[in-house]
Amino acid sequence: MASSFSRILSSKQRIGILSLVGGSVTAGYLLQREHVSAGLPVRRSYPASAEYPDLRKHNNCMASHLTPAIYAKLCDKATPNGYTLDMAIQTGVDNPGHPFIKTVGMVAGDEESYEVFSDLLDPVIRERHNGYDPHTMKHPTDLDASKIHSGNFDSRYVLSSRVRTGRSIRGLSLPPACTRAERREVERVVVDALAGLKDDLAGKYYSLTQMTDSDQQQLIDDHFLFDKPVSPLLTCAGMARDWPDARGIWHNNEKTFLVWVNEEDHTRVISMEKGGNMKRVFERFCKGLKEVERLIQERGWEFMWNEKLGYVLTCPSNLGTGLRAGVHVKLPLMSKDPRLNKILDNLRLQKRGTGGVDTAAVGGVFDISNLDRLGLSEVHLVQTVVDGVNYLIECEKRLEKGQDIKVPPPLKQFK
Amino acid sequence: MPFGNTHNEMKMKYASEQEYPDLTKHNNHMAKILTPAMYERLRSKQTPSGFTLDDVIQTGIDNPGHPFIMTVGCVAGDEETYEVFKELLDPVIEDRHGGYKPSDKHKTDINAANLKGGDDLDPNYVLSSRVRTGRSVRGFCLPPHCSRGERRAVETLSIEALASLSGDLNGKYYALKNMTDAEQQQLIDDHFLFDKPVSPLLLASGMGRDWPDARGIWHNDNKTFLVWVNEEDHLRVISMQKGGNMKEVFNRFCTGLTKIETLFKERNHAFMWNEHLGYVLTCPSNLGTGLRAGVHVKLPNMSKNAKFEDVLKKLRLQKRGTGGVDTAAVGGVFDISNADRLGFSEVELVQMVVDGVKLLVDMEKRLEKGQSIDEIMPAQK
Repeated sequence: MASSFSRILSSKQRIGILSLVGGSVTAGYLLQREHVSAGLPVRRSYPASAEYPDLRKHNNCMASHLTPAIYAKLCDKATPNGYTLDMAIQTGVDNPGHPFIKTVGMVAGDEESYEVFSDLLDPVIRERHNGYDPHTMKHPTDLDASKIHSGNFDSRYVLSSRVRTGRSIRGLSLPPACTRAERREVERVVVDALAGLKDDLAGKYYSLTQMTDSDQQQLIDDHFLFDKPVSPLLTCAGMARDWPDARGIWHNNEKTFLVWVNEEDHTRVISMEKGGNMKRVFERFCKGLKEVERLIQERGWEFMWNEKLGYVLTCPSNLGTGLRAGVHVKLPLMSKDPRLNKILDNLRLQKRGTGGVDTAAVGGVFDISNLDRLGLSEVHLVQTVVDGVNYLIECEKRLEKGQDIKVPPPLKQFK
Repeated sequence: MPFGNTHNEMKMKYASEQEYPDLTKHNNHMAKILTPAMYERLRSKQTPSGFTLDDVIQTGIDNPGHPFIMTVGCVAGDEETYEVFKELLDPVIEDRHGGYKPSDKHKTDINAANLKGGDDLDPNYVLSSRVRTGRSVRGFCLPPHCSRGERRAVETLSIEALASLSGDLNGKYYALKNMTDAEQQQLIDDHFLFDKPVSPLLLASGMGRDWPDARGIWHNDNKTFLVWVNEEDHLRVISMQKGGNMKEVFNRFCTGLTKIETLFKERNHAFMWNEHLGYVLTCPSNLGTGLRAGVHVKLPNMSKNAKFEDVLKKLRLQKRGTGGVDTAAVGGVFDISNADRLGFSEVELVQMVVDGVKLLVDMEKRLEKGQSIDEIMPAQK
C-alpha cells in the first residue's frame, strides 16, 4: 500500500524540483508525461463542433475565452490522471453566471491541468488576475510576517481579523477529480502532519464521518463547521462526491488556527481572532503554514507550487497566494457615503457582508479584504489590507467629526 | 461522465480497500449488495463507451438513502452497463423487482385491445388517468454518461421522428433553451413543463449536466400525448386525460408508442430492448415496461381506513400524493398506480390498475354508506 504511493510521489517530486528550477523545463516534462500516460477518452464519436457547449447565455471567464478553435484543440487531451477539458469546464457550462458577478467557470482536476489546458487557462487567469501572464511573469511568495507594520487596528472599529489560504498536496488529484483513495490519502497526510504541531498550535482533528453530536454542536457554535457544499458552482464540478468521506476539521486548542480538510481544496488554512491584531493573526498564519510544510516534507510530501502560478489550488481564482486577509469592521458612516466603492476599488479591497461571500452587511459592519491573489506576495497583500483598513478607519473618524474625506489615488498594481 | 471517475484508470494503482466506499450508513439496494470482494472484481471493468463501476454507484454513495424508502443507488450509462456489471445489477434487479431472476424472461405486450374494461371508472371519484413509460435509443449513451454531441443527436432524431406524427397525434416540439416566456407559461399551466432536476438522486449521477442543452417537450395539439426529451431518460412518453377512461388513455399510449418506435426504426434506430430486461432505461427500477399507469382518485374514507395499506399491497398498487413521487395527498386525493415494472407486461399492469382502482372506488362507496369492506377484500395478486 505505501509503496504504490511512494512510487507515484517520486515522479511528482521530480516535477516539483523541476518546477523550482525552471518553468519551461517543467512544461516540457509535463507535456512528455501527457503522451506517456493512459487516460485518453475512449470514445469520441462526434466532431468537436458537435460537442462544443452552447455558451451564448453565459457570463463567466471560461465562456469568454473558450472559442470553438480552442475547444477543438483541447477536447481530446487529458492530463496523466485522465482529467479532460469537458470535466474542467463542466461547472461553467452548468452555471451560466450572473449578469453582475463574473465567476471563473472552470476548475483544475490536478496540477497538470494548468499545463495541459493552458490555452484556455492562461487567458482565464489573465482576465481574472488583472492581466497577470503566467508565460512571462513570476509570482513572488513571501511569508515573513515581521515585515508587516501598523497591523494592530483600533478595536473600537475592527471586531475581528482573519487570514485564509489553501494548500494542495503534490502528487494527489484535486477535489473535482480525486478518487476516494486519493482523498483519504490527503486526509492521512495532513492529519499526520497536524498532529506534530506544538505549543500554541497544538490541536485536534474532527473527522466529519465520526463526529459526535456534542463535537458537532461545539464546532457549529464556534463557527468552524463546514457542511456539504450546496453551491452548484462547487457541486457541478464534482467536489461533493462521496461526502463526508475523508473530510474533517482540525483546530488548535486556542481556536485561533484552523484547517479544513478536503472541502473545496485539499486544505484550507485559517488564522483568526477577535479584535484588530492583524499582525499577530498573520504571524500565526505564517508560522503555522511553515510548520505544516516542514512536517509534510519530513514525510516525503510537498505542496503544489511553481514560480509561474505560486500555490496551485482547485479554482484558478485562488492561484498565487490563495490568500484572503480580512477584517470585520464597523463603518456605519462610510457605509452611507457614495464614495465608498470607489475608495475600496482604489485601495484594492473588496467588501462583503459578515456572512462571507454573497451576504449583505448588517449594522454597518463589513467584511473588508484584499481583491488580489496572484502576482503579489502574501506580505504585500496583507500590508495592502492593513493600510487600506487604517485609511477607512481614518475616514470614518473624520466623518464622525463632520470633516470631509478624500478618495485616495489608485494603488499601482504589478506591471 | 460524472466528475473525474470516467477514464480514470489511475485509480487502479490504489488497492481495492483504499477505494471501496464507506457504506456503513447507507440504506439503498446498491449498498446492500456491493461487498468489498465484488467491488474488487468489478472495478477494473468498463463498458465500451467507458462507463465504470464508480460511475454506476456514485449516486448511491452520495445519497445514503432513507430509513423507510429503499432507493436503487445505481444507474446505467449505456445499454452494456447491464451486462458488464451484471454481477452487481442482477441482484439489485432481483431485490427491486420482487425476485426477478437473471434467467427470467420479460413479456412485452402493448396491444391495447388486450385490456378488459377500463373505460368506466367512476369520474365522480377518478379525476384523471395517465400512463407513462420511457424509451432509450439504441446506440447512444444514457443521460448519466452521454456527451453533449450524443444528447443533441438524440434530440435531433426525436424531433424528426415526432414531426412525422399526424392525426390526433399531430403536435409540436418546444426546446427548453429556445422557449418563449409565453410558451413556458402555457406549458406550466398545462402541467407539462419539466425543469432541471433538483433531486440529488439524479444530480449525483450526472443527469443534470449541460442543462438545458438538447432538452425539450413535445406534445400533440390535443394535449393528451406528451414526450419529454433528455430528462432522466432519452424519452419519457406520457398519455393522459381528465376523467376515468383509462382504456382510451392506454389506447392512445400504445398507438403513439408503436408509431414512434416505427419512425425511429425507419431512421435505423431501434429502442433498447432485450428479452430478459425488456425496455432498457437509466434507472434499474424502470426496467421491463418502465410503465406507471395511474389515476388521481378521491379516497377520503378509504385513506383513513386501517386496511388501506394492506389492500394496496394485495392489489400490487402504490400511493403517492398528487404532486407525484415524494409528495403528500391533498384533500383525500391520491395518485394510485402499479407498483411493478418488470416481470409483468404493459397490459397486465394496466389491468391491475383498472381492476384495483375499480375495487378501491367500490370500497370508498361502501365506507361512505357506513358499510364494511371485509367481504370484498382482495386476495394477494
